[in-house]
Order: sequence, then structure tokens, then C-alpha cells
Amino acid sequence: MSTLNPSQRTVAESEGTAAANFRRFLRRTPVQITLIFLVFIWTLPTFGLFVSSFRSADAIQTSGWWTVFANPFDFTQWSLQNYVDVITADAMGTAFLNSLLVTIPATVIPITIAAFAAYAFAWMKFPGRDLMFGIVVGLLVVPLQMAFIPMLRVYREIGLNGTFLGVWLAHTGFGLPLAVFLLHNYIASLPREIIESASIDGASHFTTFTRLILPLSVPAIAAFTIFQFLWVWNDLLVALVFLGTGPDVTIVTSRLSEMVGSRGQDWHVLTAGAFVTMILPLVVFFGLQRYFVRGLMAGSVKG
Amino acid sequence: MQRAEQRSDVVTGQVDIARLAISIVGVVGLILVLWWSFNFMSSEEVPRLAIAAVALAVGVFGIWALFFFSDNLVTQLPIRIASAIRPFVFVGPAIAVLTAFLVYPTINTLYLSLFNRDSSRFVGLENYVTAFTDGDFLLIFRNNIIWLIFVTAFAVGFGLLVAVLADRVKGEPVVKSFIFMPMAISFVGASVIWRFVYAFKPEGTEQIGLLNAIWTGLGGEPVAWITKRSIDIPGVTAFFDNLLGVTVGIPLNTLMLIIIMIWLQTGFAMVIISAAIKGVPSELLEAARIDGATEIQAFFRVTIPFISTTILTVATTILILVLKVFDIVFVMTSGQFATQVIANEMYMQMFRWRDFGMGSALAVILFLAVIPVIINNIRRWQEERYAR
Repeated sequence: MSTLNPSQRTVAESEGTAAANFRRFLRRTPVQITLIFLVFIWTLPTFGLFVSSFRSADAIQTSGWWTVFANPFDFTQWSLQNYVDVITADAMGTAFLNSLLVTIPATVIPITIAAFAAYAFAWMKFPGRDLMFGIVVGLLVVPLQMAFIPMLRVYREIGLNGTFLGVWLAHTGFGLPLAVFLLHNYIASLPREIIESASIDGASHFTTFTRLILPLSVPAIAAFTIFQFLWVWNDLLVALVFLGTGPDVTIVTSRLSEMVGSRGQDWHVLTAGAFVTMILPLVVFFGLQRYFVRGLMAGSVKG
Repeated sequence: MQRAEQRSDVVTGQVDIARLAISIVGVVGLILVLWWSFNFMSSEEVPRLAIAAVALAVGVFGIWALFFFSDNLVTQLPIRIASAIRPFVFVGPAIAVLTAFLVYPTINTLYLSLFNRDSSRFVGLENYVTAFTDGDFLLIFRNNIIWLIFVTAFAVGFGLLVAVLADRVKGEPVVKSFIFMPMAISFVGASVIWRFVYAFKPEGTEQIGLLNAIWTGLGGEPVAWITKRSIDIPGVTAFFDNLLGVTVGIPLNTLMLIIIMIWLQTGFAMVIISAAIKGVPSELLEAARIDGATEIQAFFRVTIPFISTTILTVATTILILVLKVFDIVFVMTSGQFATQVIANEMYMQMFRWRDFGMGSALAVILFLAVIPVIINNIRRWQEERYAR
């Protein structure tokens, strides 16, 4: 990302004198200071919460978190007690498990369904194909709110309300337009010869799809997987509407938002609780940053 | 395996009874397994971890097995019928889910918005008339407009600033990582982070919130940032009072919530704009410089026009997101203290007031606002398809 392009390099070389270097230093310093300042501002809120999550309840309530830097190596002030409390007493541990239970199928199901559909839209001929795909494109930015009231009524009638299956299906429905659209764009751009040669060799569509198209589509699938995983993990609204906040089903985001309501001033559990909800997305972010960025870019149009 | 089957079909033109039987047994068996597992999962005596394991297995493998067996079944049919049906095996589940979860509900919501709270009486456009005349609703729309203007302007503005500046320094990837990091955090998590920044302690006690610590350090009195609904700054207040005629001064707490969204979305704007900036041909910039343009002139006359489409796309995306803002308001204020927005009000109409007519009308208003984008998306897709 940071490599100079050729024309910039020639400029840099021709200006290689001490005076020019000094001028460039003067020109760049304000830029660097501005950037450092912005990065500082952007990071400080998260950092403050992070530091506080290791302080005792009393300490958080009586002094600002920045005061710990007067003597940061006084280890008696640090402890993991807040995390222990929030995971056990405040049921954040169960909520974490529930979040995984919601998120993993709610990621795998739409991607599987979408990949099959995307392949058919790209490489099979059937009546109504363009119309159906046009509808998929149209549904991309339809607000989820349009689905809530009718679906909630249907769910109550057939007993899906408050079940994991219900929320998987809801996330599948809401994630599908984007998944089909993105995977179709990718799969349609694969060379025609590959698909044709497979069919000449006698491979069925199912074999072509599973053995050839899926492995070739890994970049697109990975990007969408990360996007959908984070979207579902971080979602509050769909979970509130279709899953509710019962102790057996509540997920990390709804649990945290309940804690803000019921224990709004208990910062020792709120800070630790917030980090429990954030840990997985942050690990994904730092571990798979490239796919992460690609996925978010691709997924940014989601309704 | 598949290959052999198809060839035998072509050669004999007949259906292999044994294979057909296996396929049918497979589909029926799968349906039974799914049925059993759903009952298992809703049973109360089973330990949670067992339910979790079954849930994951069904969620992850069930859908694959479904595709596998139905394709297998279709393969047993005479080849002509099979190739006519097979595309629908592939797209069928997607179309079914989209119809059930988006197409049908959208039509139904449009219809329900014309009825009263429990959908028992047709009321025409009454819900919409209320929404656009009642003072409480006008305040909500005004808040959404403020959100739209400020988040879009500042997120795109900061994103552009960071993208341009970072392009000129060595630590670009690091800088971008830090600004982008909030994108990984949920709106709920971000709300807690900022609620702590805005924390308020009465005057005389030590402030634990960063903002109040700075503010009192500068000599101010501690402010309850998220409950203070209006302040007055001569000259600036007029701008806010003129929005939909709601006169409550500058909505300090709404602006504080808006900062959270700007913090979250700047990274998104930055990454996309940064990619576009790297696509500006260096010859163009070079030519401008040789012609005597300063860096600032080159930026406004070359770079900005070149990336204007990207900026528009980013702005549209952020507008759509902000239009539906829910979590931040729900967590921070529940819409109290004059901070209500459309999506949160819709949630409350649904669950607190049980007014499905009004809830539907609010959803439709969100829907109407994105219709230009929907039309534009479809038009662009048609152009691309034509070009192919």
C-alpha cells in the first residue's frame, strides 16, 4: 500500500539535496501531526474502556481512568474480576454461546443457498431468470423494517418466535439478496471455457459447482462470510424482534443493551461486558484484515 | 458417480429403479432427521450443550444435505425433464426464502399501513397524515434529517481527509487500521464506549467521563451530555429551528449520539475513498504540477473531480445506513429526551404501543426514502447486463 509509484520516486530522487529534504520535512510534519492527532482521538474512547475494564468498581467510580498512568505498574489496581463477574453473574458467558449458535448457521445457510442460486443465475438457462435476478437487485437496499410486522405475525402463528431456527431463517432472508448479488458477480466473471470443458467431460452441474466453482470462488465467499458473520454477530435489531431477550436465547448484543438499561452506572461490568461482545470481531479484524476490508466494502450496500 | 449416472441415462433413456429408490429414501430420511432435530431442540429436558451441538449440525450440514439429495433426485428423472427442473433446484431455495422474508412482507406492510393498530379497520392514509402533522413525529423526522446531514458530511469529510493525508506518509496502513477499527465493533459496543466518554458526575465530585473531565478542566460546569436536549448558541440555533419548524434549539444530545456514528463510519468512507485516490493517474497530477498548480489546487482540480463518483457512492451508502439508525438511540436514550428516530419509533410502535398500522407506516416511509436508490441499482444492473 505504501510503496511509491514510479513518478513519485523520480521526484523524490531529484529533490535529494539537504535543503529539499528539510523543505519536505517541514511540509510533511503538519500532515503527520494531524494524522497522529486523529488516530489518537479515534482510539482513545476504546482504550479508556479497555483500561477501565481491569479496574475495581470503586476505582472506576471515584477517579478517571487516565489517572492510572500516574503509576501504571502498581499491579494491585488491576484485576480480571470484572470479567469473571460479567461472564458468570451477568450471564454474558451464556450469551456468548448463544451468539455463536445464532451466528454460525446464520452465516453458513445464506452463503450455501446463495452460492447455488448465483451459479444458476450465472451459468444455467431457465425461464424468468432475468426477472428473478432483477428482483434480487431491487431487494438489496429494502429496509429490514419492511419485513418485521408481517414476519412477526407469521412467526407467532407457527411457533418460530424466539427460536434459533427462526432467527437463522430471518438472517438468511435478510442476507440473501446481497449474497446472491455478490457471488453472482464473481461466479459470472469466471472464464466460460472452464464451465464448458467441465460439461464436455460429462460433469453434471452439481459436480461442476461443488468441485470447480466453489473452490474458484473462495475469495468472494470468504469476503462475504466475514461480512455476514460480523453483521449477524453485531446485530441487535433482528435479534430483539425475532429472538427476544429470554435467558436461554439472549445474545451478547441484546444482553449488553439490557445491562445498560438495568445497571447503567455499574461501569465495572459494563466495560468488561462490552469487551466480551467485541473480542471476536476484533480478533477477526486483526487476523483477517484484508478479507475483512474487502467484505465490508462489498457488503456496504446491505439493507 | 454423477457422471456415470448421466451417461447411463443417455444410453438407455430409462430410469434406474434402484437409484431412484435410494434418492427418495435419502430425501425422506433427511426430512425425518430435520423434523426430529427441531423437536429435539425445542424440548426442555435436554442439556443446553446437546441442543447447541444438534443446532450447529443441522444449521450447517442440513442445508447442504438438502441440496445434495434434491439434486440427486432430479438426476433420476429422464434427462430432458431433469435439465428443465435442475435450475429451479439451484435457485428454488433462494427464491422461496426471498419471497417469504422480503417480497411478501414488503407487500403486506404496504397494505397494513392503511389499517388501524390491530389491522381490523381500514383507515386509508390516516397513519401517514398523523406521521406528517403530529408534532412528536415531526421531531422524529427532524432528528433523522440532522442525523443524515451531520453523519454523512462528517464521516465523508473525515474519511477524505484521512485518505488524502495518509496517502503521503509512510505509516499509511497503520493509520488506516486505527481509523477503520471501529467498523468491527457493534453499535451496542460503540454506544457503551461513548456512554463512558459522556459519563456525568455532579459538580464537586471527580469526573470519570473523559469529556466532562476535559470540559471541567477548561473551567466549564459538568454537562449531562446525553440528557441535555437543547442548548442555545445565537446564530447557530436558527439553523436547527428552521428544520421542519421544530423549535427546540440545538439538540445537544442528538449531536452527541451522532458523533458515535461518525466515529464508526469514517473508516468506511476512508477505505473506499483511499482506493479511489490511488486510482488517480499520476501523470494527471504531474501535469498539473508542471503547469504550476499548487498541491491544494491539484487536489481540488484533479483529484476531487476524478473521485467524485466514489464520494457520491460512499455518501449514498452512509445515507441509507443512517436513515435506519436504531441501535445507538435504543441503547443510549431509548428515544427519550427528544432523541427519537424513525427506526426506534417503529420498534416502539410495534412492541410497546402495539400499533401495527403506525409501525407499518413508519417502515413504509423508510422504504419510500430508499426507492430512488432501488431504481438506480436496477437501472445500473440493466446497463451492465446490456454491455456484457
